[in-house]
Amino acid sequence: MLYHNNLLLESFKYYSKIIPIENLSIFNNELRISVKKEFLKFVILFFKLHTFLQYKTLCCITGADYVSKRFRFEVYYELLSTRFNNRIRIKVSTDEITGLDSCESIHSTANWYECEIWDMYGIFFINHTNLRRILTDYGFVGNPLRKDFPLSGFIEVRYNESQKRVVSDQLELSQEYRTFNFISPWES
Amino acid sequence: MSLKKKDLTKKIKNFTINFGPQHPAAHGVLRLVLELKGEVIVRADPHIGLLHRGTEKLIEYKNYIQALPYFDRLDYVSMMSQEHTYCLALEKLLNCSVPIRAQYLRVIFAELTRILNHLLAVGCHAMDVGAMTPFLWAFEEREKLMEFYERVSGARMHAAYFRPGGVSRDIPIGLLNDIFLFCNQFTARLNEMEDMLTENRIWKQRLVDIGTVPLKDALDWGFSGVMLRGSGLAWDLRKSHPYDIYDQIDFNVPSGSNGDCYDRYLIRVFEMRESLKMIEECIQKFPSGSIINNDNKITPPSRSSLKSSMESLIHHYKIFTQGTSVPSSETYTASEAPKGEFGVHLISNNTNRPYRCKIKSPGFSHLQALDYMSKDHMIADVVTIIGTQDIVFGEVDR
Repeated sequence: MLYHNNLLLESFKYYSKIIPIENLSIFNNELRISVKKEFLKFVILFFKLHTFLQYKTLCCITGADYVSKRFRFEVYYELLSTRFNNRIRIKVSTDEITGLDSCESIHSTANWYECEIWDMYGIFFINHTNLRRILTDYGFVGNPLRKDFPLSGFIEVRYNESQKRVVSDQLELSQEYRTFNFISPWES
Repeated sequence: MSLKKKDLTKKIKNFTINFGPQHPAAHGVLRLVLELKGEVIVRADPHIGLLHRGTEKLIEYKNYIQALPYFDRLDYVSMMSQEHTYCLALEKLLNCSVPIRAQYLRVIFAELTRILNHLLAVGCHAMDVGAMTPFLWAFEEREKLMEFYERVSGARMHAAYFRPGGVSRDIPIGLLNDIFLFCNQFTARLNEMEDMLTENRIWKQRLVDIGTVPLKDALDWGFSGVMLRGSGLAWDLRKSHPYDIYDQIDFNVPSGSNGDCYDRYLIRVFEMRESLKMIEECIQKFPSGSIINNDNKITPPSRSSLKSSMESLIHHYKIFTQGTSVPSSETYTASEAPKGEFGVHLISNNTNRPYRCKIKSPGFSHLQALDYMSKDHMIADVVTIIGTQDIVFGEVDR
């Protein structure tokens, strides 16, 4: 496995001379590269079409929110090559107002994954055909998976007897959600 | 009065109907907005999110062990395969090993789960298309399998049996015997179901050449599992990235030639037979040993040592209040769930809670391609295509 890791590292050092990779790391036999968001679409297209890479399947697009960083959102693209039996993770960082290029024209499957990230984090994807809320409710306001969005949300939906329909209201919790933080000060 | 042809023609718009969220053939809550030109579909727009339960956000507020039952409830027809993926991801982060008996148990239950899922997939697909009987036969077999789940974990469906480091408890006496008896009679049941469907003229007319996906498009749309194998690529994560003891078990991976619904149905039935062979092989080779990793920082100690040893007591207390602290790293682990590639992207930050846990479900990618697959088909074919994609909304919406 260590030998395999070294081979991967060597081959990607060669690729980093051709394409603008910022950072490259291998952990647990998983290869992760980070690129700047200007070069994202180019890198993904390169990985799809290059003969010795052929990462033709986009498995998943993940978002993560690191509140304290300058570019608070990190978006991970998980690619799979069935030809060479290889996986790679591409990481881009962005903040709330800068948009990322949509990869829908390269991998059609990116459509709904990017809609989900728009819905959950509020990251805009430029040139996406149909960016809309996909998992949350139709008139929902807010981006649930951000770290500053509380677990129980801001509004609650309940049935109003006098109006005889479902209404949205301010959240009323009889007891606040109790999270117990157990990390002891002696542990790292 | 004008007799010019262009003045006599009328402009018509496409008819939009709502294949509503409550529909017996919608496999859960699927709101499908169909634009029709007569009976032929011009566009199909699935609206999902009606079963969104906020699983990923909730997982960020729980310990690693408390987050485990969420995975059962994602794809609620093949429960243990999601737990399996989560446990594999967590073991990668913790860098802990799994004893060999636990690996055999996991593989036996993963293959039982595969049979469970394919029985529901084929049975419900047949019912949606119109054949009512295989559904009832399939569910009777599922009941027998759920009895095994109950004997080993206590719950018929959401077992929470797999744990990081192994499985939670050892199997009761006689369970392997009963699984063996089940395997003996299951082939006859499968043959009955196949007799009903495979060579049936009506079934073939409803399924052949419907929803054909060439291989290039299958890769482009992110298909995995049976959908990808139906289009011709024999790609199986159990063979390409083997986990647990899949590299020591002998099994075949089927692939289709046409890429239509009939091929996928045949692949599912073949996979059920292969799973049966795998379970029998595992039962023959079943070893003895411990069923969970004995590192007490990850797995709770046994109750007898709890009552006699002070360290065990402290470990028990720390595990069930604080939980395991996982060092900072991230992983994307995928396993071959019965529906496709089920992946868990886990990011940890040195605390007892996951920082981010993203769940990649195969149904999400498959449902996206519904529009592509049902172009120029008729309404009845949409039902066939949804059934062949094996959509379960628990995992699509999370």
